[in-house]
Order: sequence, then structure tokens, then C-alpha cells
Amino acid sequence: MRTLLYLIIGILFGITMFKSEAASWFRIYEMFKFESFHMYGIIGSALLIGIAMVALIKRFNIKSIYGEKILFIPKEKTFGRYIVGGIIFGLGWALAGACPGPMFTLVGVGYVPILVVIAMAILGTFLYGILKGKLSS
Amino acid sequence: MGFFKFDWKTQRWNLIVALGAIIGGYIGANYLSNDIAVAINPETIDDLKTLGFTSAGSTYLPSELFDLSALTNVKSLILLSMGGLLVGFGARYAGGCTSGHAISGLSNLQLPSLIAVIGFFIGGLTMVHLIFPLLF
Repeated sequence: MRTLLYLIIGILFGITMFKSEAASWFRIYEMFKFESFHMYGIIGSALLIGIAMVALIKRFNIKSIYGEKILFIPKEKTFGRYIVGGIIFGLGWALAGACPGPMFTLVGVGYVPILVVIAMAILGTFLYGILKGKLSS
Repeated sequence: MGFFKFDWKTQRWNLIVALGAIIGGYIGANYLSNDIAVAINPETIDDLKTLGFTSAGSTYLPSELFDLSALTNVKSLILLSMGGLLVGFGARYAGGCTSGHAISGLSNLQLPSLIAVIGFFIGGLTMVHLIFPLLF
């Protein structure tokens, strides 16, 4: 049952990423050129809904559909990893034109070269695992 | 707990969502679309054509990077590989990506997420405005 629910959420996410064009390399480029409201509209509206939902869940102590408490774990209060990791991510986001979620959506659309991007992203994650101890937090 | 001590059982849902995202892409492209060309700003199209992206305005992704022929083009392969490597490493190091920080993290009003999003934009703007003119 849970598996089916996760699958449905994934499918909805995939359709949204494709149809909203957030999975389009062109939209990412256009966003970084500040030549359209499109991507800002997608991220902004998702964020507004997110802020409202999180506030409602906290305020009314809303449980998950399985009756479990929904936990919000505060992020570690450091600076270095967020700014440096963020810059590295941003460079890749603009170059590959896709963030991790839409990469999978593009596999379903049938773009074979995105598999190269996914394989290298997994390698990047692996490299992080190896270097973790040497990186500042 | 070590980074590579991964509990596949409790994290299985991640893979199910990723599988769903693949199916969603297939459904979106094959059953919910007539024309998948992305109508970006005409000025952006002109910019891209100057850089050599001939498919701007008429496809979903640039053919130079995502057509099957890209797999036999050394430059395209290097660019796709670099992009993937940076995204994977950066997302792990920053502790999240666009959805993890820009949407979920900011929704929970986390300052670290705001710092990460500022990082995303410093990186993205640097790539598009300073590095693209050197690459294309």
C-alpha cells in the first residue's frame, strides 16, 4: 500500500516536472538569464504552498495519513557546506540543465544521454562519500 | 554512521519515487502532450542560437546535448559528465537540491537552505554568464 502511494507521488511529480517544463534545459538557462518569470513562478508557488502547509502541520499538530507525527528536523547551523556545496550544485544545474528529480523524468521521456548525467551524478555522490571527512562543514 | 552504511530497506521509498518520476515523464510526454517544444523568450532563443544551440525554441532539450548523436560526440559527453558530477557532488555536500533546499528547506524557514539557494544562484549565474561563452 505504501509502495503504491510512493509510486503515485513519483508519477505526479514526474508529470508535473515534465509538463511545467522545469525539466527543460532551456527553461533553466532562461531562468539564469532572468528572461522569464516561468521558473520563478514554479518555484515560488511551490514555496508558498510549502510554507503554508508546514505552518499548518506545526500549528495544528497534523499527523501523517498513517497517524505518525510529522517531524521537521532543523538543519545544522553552519555556513561553508551550504554556500560551497550550493555553488557546485548551481554550476552543474546550469550546465546539465536538470536537477536530480527531473533527471529521472527525462529518462521516461526517452532522452538516452541523460543516463550519462545520472551515472556521473551518482559518481559525484560517491566522491562526496569518500571525501566527506576532508571537507569543511 | 558512515556514509556508505546505507540501509536500503528503510530508504527503498526513495527509489520507488524515482521510478514514479520516470513513469510520470513517459506519461507526460506520450499521453499528455501534443507539441513538446518549449516556448522560451525569443531573446533567449536568439542568445542560444548565437552560442550554437540551433534547436532553441523548437525542442524540449537542446539536440546538441541530448540527441542520441551526443553519445558519440566527445564535447557533449564531457559537458554532460561534468554537469552530472557537479550536481551529484554539490547536492550531497550542500545537503539538498532544488526541492530539498529551495522548496522544502525554505518552507520550514531554514537559514541554511537560504544560504544554499544563494549558492545555487551564484553557481548557475557564473556558469551561464561567465563559463558558457568560453564553452560554446
